[in-house]
Amino acid sequence: MLALVLLYLGLILALPLGAMTLRALEAGPRALWAAFADPAAREGLILTLVLAAIALVANGLAGIGAALVLVRHRFLGRRLLDVLVDLPLAVSPVMTGLAFLLVFGRGGWLEPWLEVAGLKVSFAFPGLVLATLFVTFPFTLREVAYVLIELGTDEEEAAVTLGASPWQTFRLVTLPNLRYGLGYGLVLTLARALGEFGAVLVIGGAISGHTQTATTFIYNAIEERQEAAAYSMALVLAAASVLFLLALEWIKRQRRKER
Amino acid sequence: MSIRVSHLCKRFGSGANQFVAVDDVSLEVGGGELVAFLGPSGSGKSTILRIIAGLEQADSGSVHFAGRQADHLHARSRGVGFVFQHYALFRHMSVAENIAFGLRVQGKSKDEQRRRVAELLDLMGLAGLGERYPAQLSGGQRQRVALARALAPEPQVLLLDEPFGAVDARVREELRHWLRRLHDEVHVTSIFVTHDQEEAFSVADKVIVINRGRVEQAASPAEILDHPATEFVARFIGEANVYEGVARDGQVPVGALRVPADGLPDGTPVTAVLRFYDLKFWRDDRGFARVTRTMTLGDRVKVEAVIDDGPVIYSQFPRRSSLLAGIEPGCRIHVEVTLARLYPQGGATPAVTVQLQ
Repeated sequence: MLALVLLYLGLILALPLGAMTLRALEAGPRALWAAFADPAAREGLILTLVLAAIALVANGLAGIGAALVLVRHRFLGRRLLDVLVDLPLAVSPVMTGLAFLLVFGRGGWLEPWLEVAGLKVSFAFPGLVLATLFVTFPFTLREVAYVLIELGTDEEEAAVTLGASPWQTFRLVTLPNLRYGLGYGLVLTLARALGEFGAVLVIGGAISGHTQTATTFIYNAIEERQEAAAYSMALVLAAASVLFLLALEWIKRQRRKER
Repeated sequence: MSIRVSHLCKRFGSGANQFVAVDDVSLEVGGGELVAFLGPSGSGKSTILRIIAGLEQADSGSVHFAGRQADHLHARSRGVGFVFQHYALFRHMSVAENIAFGLRVQGKSKDEQRRRVAELLDLMGLAGLGERYPAQLSGGQRQRVALARALAPEPQVLLLDEPFGAVDARVREELRHWLRRLHDEVHVTSIFVTHDQEEAFSVADKVIVINRGRVEQAASPAEILDHPATEFVARFIGEANVYEGVARDGQVPVGALRVPADGLPDGTPVTAVLRFYDLKFWRDDRGFARVTRTMTLGDRVKVEAVIDDGPVIYSQFPRRSSLLAGIEPGCRIHVEVTLARLYPQGGATPAVTVQLQ
């Protein structure tokens, strides 16, 4: 059984990652470095980092708010909302991009208003932001909601009987208790934002120097047979993934300590 | 500070799932008293406590503190200390920070916080543990921290919800004595909820027995033991045999056992409640019951017997009791009822207590 599991994991996880790393290193450090001399590569990476940062802040806040509403309030349609917030996990990102095009793109529902406002969404930065926010929305929400359910309301009630105001209760009791769940959700959000491909490709069009992200850069580089460039970018993203894994592991450990 | 609760009602859920948790409850707790709400789980006792604290809203009825209506007051401004069953300590704060919390949110100076924390750590026997975190404490220590935290802002009223339910038996015993001593020292009006009668009787000045959202009896422990007001109290307090029967010729037959029922009119259907310790068994080869089992429970022995043509009956004796001589599984015994309580069904006829000797 163990051997089987190891073989399976080796086949789908270790082998491809190893091959990619080897390939990237084969080209030599100098070639890798040279790949980043290309402004398109640098701009792609920076764009991806900016998108990830926006997702981190926006969905961090939205995730806490939505989790509080879903867990602590009873209202008509709560169940439906609870299912809907997981939509981004179930829907193919390509479809997401397409759906955004239908709303914001040429001939889309909101196009007349966007034109008046002088705002360009599709094939532009705002479109990438929307797509990234959509695909990363559930992660913080889910992690925070899970912790909220586990936490119950005892500590908050204790704070209230001791004279704490709603804001004091949130800041001094609820928020500190959420910190590991929040951290975990944020790391997942970051990982998803860096790795997103389909949605940003469809709504953004991967225009070099404009809407080309790290992942769409890799795609374009492969298309143009610039393998060294593709591997270097992939290696950077893979390194980020390893960091994320380490961060998640650290959070899990801290969490266990507090029990 | 005295507490008066009048005509409190509380329902949970709606439609077919509706559940009446508190059903027209009125009660009074005198200033400085230590009172127990005693009842089985689901009887509504915790809900009453939470309504007094302001953590739950009553559907109707009112709560008065020292004669002043408190219903409109938010939980945070009621000046009530609350101790939760599972401690509810702030797990990311040290013991000292937990205790200081109430003073901190009320804007008291750091000096005052430090002074009060030191005072309470001392009072609670927690000296030296101020820097620890809740996860590093034993159950008994955690509960004392919870108590210290509730007492720190000097509340007028202290409410404890099943305070010793989550610790093991020996620690529970300790905490009980300790709560009693603490109350004698601090004298804050206190109510604690429990389903453990021993706990209620050994700690409280007054016990309020609650069942199905109603107050069955509110009295001193001795009064409740000697004069249970209702059938429920008689069944619930102390271990008892409970039989249904019909009075005939001043007796209620239960198989071959005749429960004395002087003064009950013939044909009255009754519930007879016979406490274990109000029964005497002795070996008698012509007796009308047969011993099926004896169980040693610490310093007492519980004897199980079957009445001829009737149900099982239990009694309990001190381990060294002469009555136990010769009693063993299989032997025949005589059963004597020294005290019986009879509750006529339907409630038209008042309850009767028959005492022999």
